[in-house]
Formats: sequence, structure tokens, C-alpha cells
Amino acid sequence: MAEETLIEVVEKEPKEPLFSKKNKRLLSDPLNDDNPITVQVLGICSALAITVQLEQAVVMSVSVLAVMVLSSLSISLLRNYVPQRVRIIVQLVVVASMVVLVDQVLKAFVYDVSKKLSVFVGLIITNCIIMGRLEAFALGNKPWPSVLDAVGNAAGYGLILIVVAFFRELLGSGKIYGYELFENLGIYELGYENNGLMILSPMALITVGVYIWIQRSRNPKLIEE
Amino acid sequence: MKMDVNSNKYTFIFSAIMVVVVAFVLALASESLKPFQESNVKREKMQNILAACGIDVERDEAESVYDKFIGASNEIMLDTKGQPITNPEKRPFEIDVLYEYKSGGQRNFPVFRCQMEDGETLYVLPMVGKGLWGPIWGYAAVGADFNTLKGATFDHKGETPGLGAEINKDDFEKQFIGKKIFNDDMEFASVKVIKGGADPSDTHGVDAISGGTITSNGVTEMLQRTFRAYEPFLKSKMNS
Repeated sequence: MAEETLIEVVEKEPKEPLFSKKNKRLLSDPLNDDNPITVQVLGICSALAITVQLEQAVVMSVSVLAVMVLSSLSISLLRNYVPQRVRIIVQLVVVASMVVLVDQVLKAFVYDVSKKLSVFVGLIITNCIIMGRLEAFALGNKPWPSVLDAVGNAAGYGLILIVVAFFRELLGSGKIYGYELFENLGIYELGYENNGLMILSPMALITVGVYIWIQRSRNPKLIEE
Repeated sequence: MKMDVNSNKYTFIFSAIMVVVVAFVLALASESLKPFQESNVKREKMQNILAACGIDVERDEAESVYDKFIGASNEIMLDTKGQPITNPEKRPFEIDVLYEYKSGGQRNFPVFRCQMEDGETLYVLPMVGKGLWGPIWGYAAVGADFNTLKGATFDHKGETPGLGAEINKDDFEKQFIGKKIFNDDMEFASVKVIKGGADPSDTHGVDAISGGTITSNGVTEMLQRTFRAYEPFLKSKMNS
């Protein structure tokens, strides 16, 4: 019963402005101090799989954002009606149906984007960030903070995806968002060659590692004793 | 009235309602979006067939351009011996080629005849195969000598981006122009995707994609099987 009392306490709080300090932190924390990939270490698998090209990283980030916001909102609205014992299944059903819906809509109206996403649509369901935030946040909070939390975490996820994809595409294929940068600069004529290793997934892990290293050395809150 | 949301009865009722609601919503979405999705798939197929002939069109215009260069009357259905069937039961455009390969026995393969603006006639052969993660497919356009490829397009369901997925890029597809299905003695030779790069003078080989070995092998297998299946048609046309 402890959880029920907790929910009630949250609901009895006085009405706060839409972008109160607390709500702003919900948006900004996941970008740095509480980043889902580099600090919480969630959603690593999809971060490795789709960061070969910038374009896919962007499309994936937008789709995850859509799915996360929709499922956080639904779970938050349902939070007082979900039986404790089946809550994980309920979350899974909500996430899976949102993913299927997003996929169907993409296929019907933005067919090219849907083709680019192909197998990754399925990966969204298994993305631990979504389930993690539903379980940890949306299930115990009002709809608006839940939506902000979803947007923040999806943005934190997208940020890492885009940074990693930028370096992998640039160093692995010499392109930025499909634009042949190195070829147009004439760098190949100087004897430069693309680093094929950057295209393979181990380098994604190393790139994420370098990101974590830089982030930790710059952010005193993350330094462990 | 406060309900006990954790009672067994409530849990069962909640789950039942949830399942029914979700099923209803998904079924509704799927049914109402189907016409849009199917027209996208059909137009994309037309786009791919045209692209194999070197005609690039936007998806919105695919249908009208297809009718201009190919049209329903230039879709030919072949029997097992490579002879055209008059008045086929099904429109050749709608044939599921993968099903034909699996069915064995009486197979019907479609050919699309494309009348180019310069008077040349190209024959487009549909191809299906499998890559690393799922199906791959494509179209090969054969010139009027029934031997030289005039173009090819490939596509895939979910090959690895940056690796196997590169088969649908121009750099890979352009290599097929001018390759030959039969060798100088008119023996079947097909076109192979060669790891480590093909000799530029090799009329039966193209460069593979580094890091995409299994997809490349899938393409080789697909080309070989397709050209074998169409060999009777190509040979009989060549001799007539």
C-alpha cells in the first residue's frame, strides 16, 4: 500500500505553473546529469545499431520521441486504474500498440521514412528507456510532468544518437547527413582513406565511451568517489 | 466509490477490456490505412521497374509514367518453357514472384516490356532473394540482344545500414550496366558480386560491398537463380 499513499501525496500538491523549476529540470536533466544512455546506461543496443548514418539517427530519435510521449501520456492517465500485478504487461501493451500505430501511420503517409526505419521500429519496443521511464515516472506522476519527462529523456537519447552518428558517418563514410563532405573538400586526393572500422558497431561503443569520458570529466556531479 | 484496483476480479476485467480496446484500435488503424499503404507499395514497384530502365520518377507520378512506357499491355506472363501466355488469369504485375519460385511445378514468371523514347525495347525481369536479415529484391533490365544488362535496381527489407543496405544505392546499381548474362560462347554465366573487387574488364562480375558479404552473396544467388529461370525466354527470343 506504500505506493498508493505516495501517489496521493503527489496529487495533493498545490497547482504549479506549467514550466515550474521542477518541470524544467525534468526536461533538462536527461540531457546531461541524468542522460539515459551515458548515465543510466539504457538503450545502448539501439544506439549501436543505428548510428552509422546521421539520417537514421534523426529518424529514430523522432520516432522514439513520438512513442515515448504517447505512451507516457497514456500510462499517466491510466495510472490510478492499472492493477499492480499486471502493470508491466500493461506498459508493454501500450508501448507495443503505440509502436505499431506509429509504424502504420509512417507506412501510409511518409513511406520513405518508414522504409529507412525498417527493422528499427521493432527495436523501439525493446528500448529500455521507454519502459524504464514508464515504470519509474509516468506510473506515479500526473500527465504533464510525465510528458515533459518523456520529451526530456527522448531528447537525451536523441542527443547521444546524433553525436555518435555524426562522428561515425564523418569518419566512416566521409559524409554528413549524406552530403559528401570529404570528397567535395578534396581530402581523398591528399591520400586520406575512410576508416572502415567506424562503420562497425564496436566503434559505436567506443564513441559512446569517449562521450561518457568527456562528460564525466566536465561534470563534477558525475564523478564517483 | 473507491475500487480495489488490486483485486483479482478487477485485474481480470481490466486486462480483458484493455486487450479488446487495443485490438479494436489497431484493427481500425490497420484497415483504414491499408488503401494508402497498398498504393504506396504499388507505386514503389512501378518506380523500381522504371528505375531499372534508367527512368527516374517521383512516386506521385509513377503510375502515369508507367502507363506511358510500359502499361498493362506490355506486361507479359511466361510459362515454364519461357513462352508467353495469352490472356493470363492474373495481371502479370500482381504476380508474387517469390511464391512462384516456391510453388514448383507450373511456374509463371512476369516480364515487363519497356518502350524507351529512343526506340529501344528493354525487358525487365523481377528478382527476389534473401540477404542477411530478410528479403532482398530487385529488377534487371535486359537489352534487345537478350544478353546485356541495361540497368538494375535492388532493394531490401532490413539489411544493415551502411553495409548490406548499400545495395539500393546508385554506386552499386550502376555497376550492372553493360554486364552480360551469357558468355561469348552463349553459355550461361550470370553476373556475380565479387568480394575484393571485380576486374573492370570482367563482363560477369561487379564489386561487392565491404562489410556486406552475406548480402552480396544473396545478390549473386538471386541473379543466378533469376537468370536461370528466364534462360528459356531469353534464349528463345535470341534465336528468333
